[in-house]
Amino acid sequence: MSTLLIVALVGALAVVGYVLGVRRAMASADGDLRLLHSLKSYYGQNVALLVLVPSLLVLVIWMTVQPLLIEQSVLGMISNTDVAEGSSRSLMMADVRRVADGLDVAVAQGAMSREAASDVRVDFTNVRERLASVGVAVGSTVTQTTLEAAQKFRALSGTGNMVRGIVVLLIAAAGFGYALKQTDKDFRARNVVERGILVLLIAAASIAVLTTLGIVFSLIFNTIDFFESFPGADFFFGTRWEPSFSGRGGASDLGFLPLIWGTLYISIIALVVAVPLGLFAAIYLSEYASNSVRSIAKPVLEVLAGIPTIVYGLFALLTVGPLLVNIFGADGLLGVNWMSGGTAAMTAGLVMGIMLIPFVSSLSDDIINAVPQAMRDGSYGLGATQSETIRQVILPAALPGIVGAVLLAASRAIGETMIVVLGAGAAASLSLNPLEAMTTVTAKIVSQLTGDGEFNSPETMVAFALGMTLFVITLALNVVALIIVRKYREQYD
Amino acid sequence: MSDQSASNGRISHGSLMVADPRTKKRNASEARFRAYGIIAISIGVLFLASLAFSILRSGLPAFTQYVAELEVTLSQEDYDAAESKMLKTAAYTDIFIQNFSDALDERGVEVAYDSDAIERILGKVGGDIRGHYRENLDDIGRPVTFQLQTSSRVEGYFKGRVDRESLVDSRFLVKTDLDIIDALTEADILTSRFNWAFIKGTDAGVDNPGGAGIGAAAIGSFFMMLVVLLLSLPIGVAASIYLEEFAPQNKFTDIVEVNISNLAAVPSIVFGILGLSVFIQFMHMPQSAPLVGGLVLTLMTLPTIIISTRASLKAVPPSIRDAALGIGASKMQSVFHHVLPLAMPGILTGTIIGLAQALGESAPLLLIGMVGFVAREFPDGVVSGFLDPNSAMPAQIYTWAARADAGFYEKAWGGIIVLLAFLLTMNIIAIILRRRFERRW
Repeated sequence: MSTLLIVALVGALAVVGYVLGVRRAMASADGDLRLLHSLKSYYGQNVALLVLVPSLLVLVIWMTVQPLLIEQSVLGMISNTDVAEGSSRSLMMADVRRVADGLDVAVAQGAMSREAASDVRVDFTNVRERLASVGVAVGSTVTQTTLEAAQKFRALSGTGNMVRGIVVLLIAAAGFGYALKQTDKDFRARNVVERGILVLLIAAASIAVLTTLGIVFSLIFNTIDFFESFPGADFFFGTRWEPSFSGRGGASDLGFLPLIWGTLYISIIALVVAVPLGLFAAIYLSEYASNSVRSIAKPVLEVLAGIPTIVYGLFALLTVGPLLVNIFGADGLLGVNWMSGGTAAMTAGLVMGIMLIPFVSSLSDDIINAVPQAMRDGSYGLGATQSETIRQVILPAALPGIVGAVLLAASRAIGETMIVVLGAGAAASLSLNPLEAMTTVTAKIVSQLTGDGEFNSPETMVAFALGMTLFVITLALNVVALIIVRKYREQYD
Repeated sequence: MSDQSASNGRISHGSLMVADPRTKKRNASEARFRAYGIIAISIGVLFLASLAFSILRSGLPAFTQYVAELEVTLSQEDYDAAESKMLKTAAYTDIFIQNFSDALDERGVEVAYDSDAIERILGKVGGDIRGHYRENLDDIGRPVTFQLQTSSRVEGYFKGRVDRESLVDSRFLVKTDLDIIDALTEADILTSRFNWAFIKGTDAGVDNPGGAGIGAAAIGSFFMMLVVLLLSLPIGVAASIYLEEFAPQNKFTDIVEVNISNLAAVPSIVFGILGLSVFIQFMHMPQSAPLVGGLVLTLMTLPTIIISTRASLKAVPPSIRDAALGIGASKMQSVFHHVLPLAMPGILTGTIIGLAQALGESAPLLLIGMVGFVAREFPDGVVSGFLDPNSAMPAQIYTWAARADAGFYEKAWGGIIVLLAFLLTMNIIAIILRRRFERRW
């Protein structure tokens, strides 16, 4: 039974339940609304909620757990002796899944009968060719073990899906029956429904916590896997980043230092661009600008923040990079040959700086506006000019908040991906020259994880360790920045 | 201080009308400081202008296409003769060349060409023509105007990527072809037109930048946004209602609030890692599917939507709640019947802005496999729209930018124009909503 059908059936049952619930409540009160405890729609809602919520909850849980159980039992069929040289259990499992999918497709297209699909044997049929004929490519020749495992996989999934449909519908029906039986003119339907809705609201709010947990667990488990196959000291203190390409073995150098160096270098260039520009813009907008200038300039600057990062990435790669080469490259304006390619730390840093200007300016603007007017008036009263007031009174008072804003901008810069993927280059280097190609943590996460979907070599697993460090660094920056900003706000409240 | 003023007091106190050096210095620094602010803002605006300029300059050519327009009349005998030959497309090419030279004679253009040159300029015309007649048998015997797309190198010549001086003869284009092209342009056979295929079409292979379109990727983005809207709006509103209206001050509420503000600042690529390991590695959902992309983007936009929804709930004055409670509504009724409808315009504005942000996001999509995939086909239906591999607009732009052929750069810029047009529309709708329905209490 397909998931869509189950959901549709449960939904239909809920609608029927709503109507019947309302009717039954009215009937029990002999059609007199005043005798009901709650408004009549609450009786219907009560039935609908009891039909929908438990059954759909079970459906979701079932859909997560079933693949895991099936995988366990199918993996049990593959003994260690069956695992071919240079292969691994997870690779075998991927093959099994692909063959099972292929058989499903073949049955669906009518290329194979249902019976033929479940007792096909490698001795008689070339499974790989049959599957290729329906458009499913299987990497290696299908062995008898894989085929048997695939058939067991199909059988178990088939039974599982069938049982799932029955169980979910039974639960929905049970909820339907129970709720209808409850329905009576004295039943406190509103209170029950409201409590149910409150539980749903709490569940929605917990999704944020679940997301964080999901991030943390997916990073931690995969990072632990990585450190089991790769020494931690080599990762954290290695100065070379040279992954060897998958499968061929050979030691890869997966040193973290060149990546974090590139990340920090590019972020610092970005901040050097963004902080002065953003800060001066914020000061001008909040202290000097007339209302009309402010109402135009502020949204215009904020447009810079709304532009997708892929646009900045392309701008770096195709406009700023070539422009910098025209200035600093061979035959350039300056006649110095400092830059060989368009992708460089400078390119990415400059463009990222542009992106961060509105970020710094709008946060600082808020903070400068929060400085009480009395402090300005006091300063003017003593004869200070406006700029002296800003430099000597307002900025010192706003400093903690501005530091917070800069830290938030830094965390943005460190986590930024598209600009560095397109603009910074791919070579990891521990260089001081800003006109040289560099690479960052985020760019390497992308390059190590794009492509094949198997997670078994240190070269791919390293991306999770990189993600973990990135997450920890940005989290720390955010937390510190938020604490500073919050403390500062309290100061003047 | 007092000693100093005593010794030269008579000299330093000038008229109030004449600024002394120190005042001049202070006023100058005041002016300088103000200028710094103006300069900073101008630089920001300048950056924006140059960004817009380079997008438009490089992207607009993607919307024009160069085609050869030629009227061909094919008689039934010609058709039968061509179909009976071994090399069918070659026969059609001959027919085309026959018509082509007639057209040239008619317009009085004299230029030397051969069938190879035609193939270099217009691609395999025989195949196109045969395809048309096999699909539309009725057209045999009557004049049909063919618009044949020029090859990507020829387009490059029109758009200035290829020029006469730097052109090296290759099997794709030789120098004499340029003379033919110029002559054809003169004779109005080669014309430009709006490139609908770019907006409606699908991605092409790595060797055919001319045929690449962003249509399929836009459909992929559309299905992703549908997932994001259907999930993040109800979940986000429910979470905000709980936190704003019902949550007691306790540990759990604190944890949720801290979590939301931190999630809003987690780099988007980390959400990509989450999607890869939870949805694909753990739950075995299909790679590159808009459903998975939508789920990841939902998790990413939830904090944005929750923060803006809470702000609009907070903006509804407490007197509304009190009035509802006062005439006997329950807490839940006061929220759902009164507060929520009043906050709806603000919530919708926030949701649209969140969706716009999700539409432009590309980093997480790189990790769940939307990049390696070449979106050659449109999905067949709604279910396959969610589950079949597809690309999305930002991922498609990245794919084009990463390809070696410079013809794709123009497509990438063009794709950005399409993407920005969508974002602009969404933001304008949000602004209109806010203007139209905003209530001041």
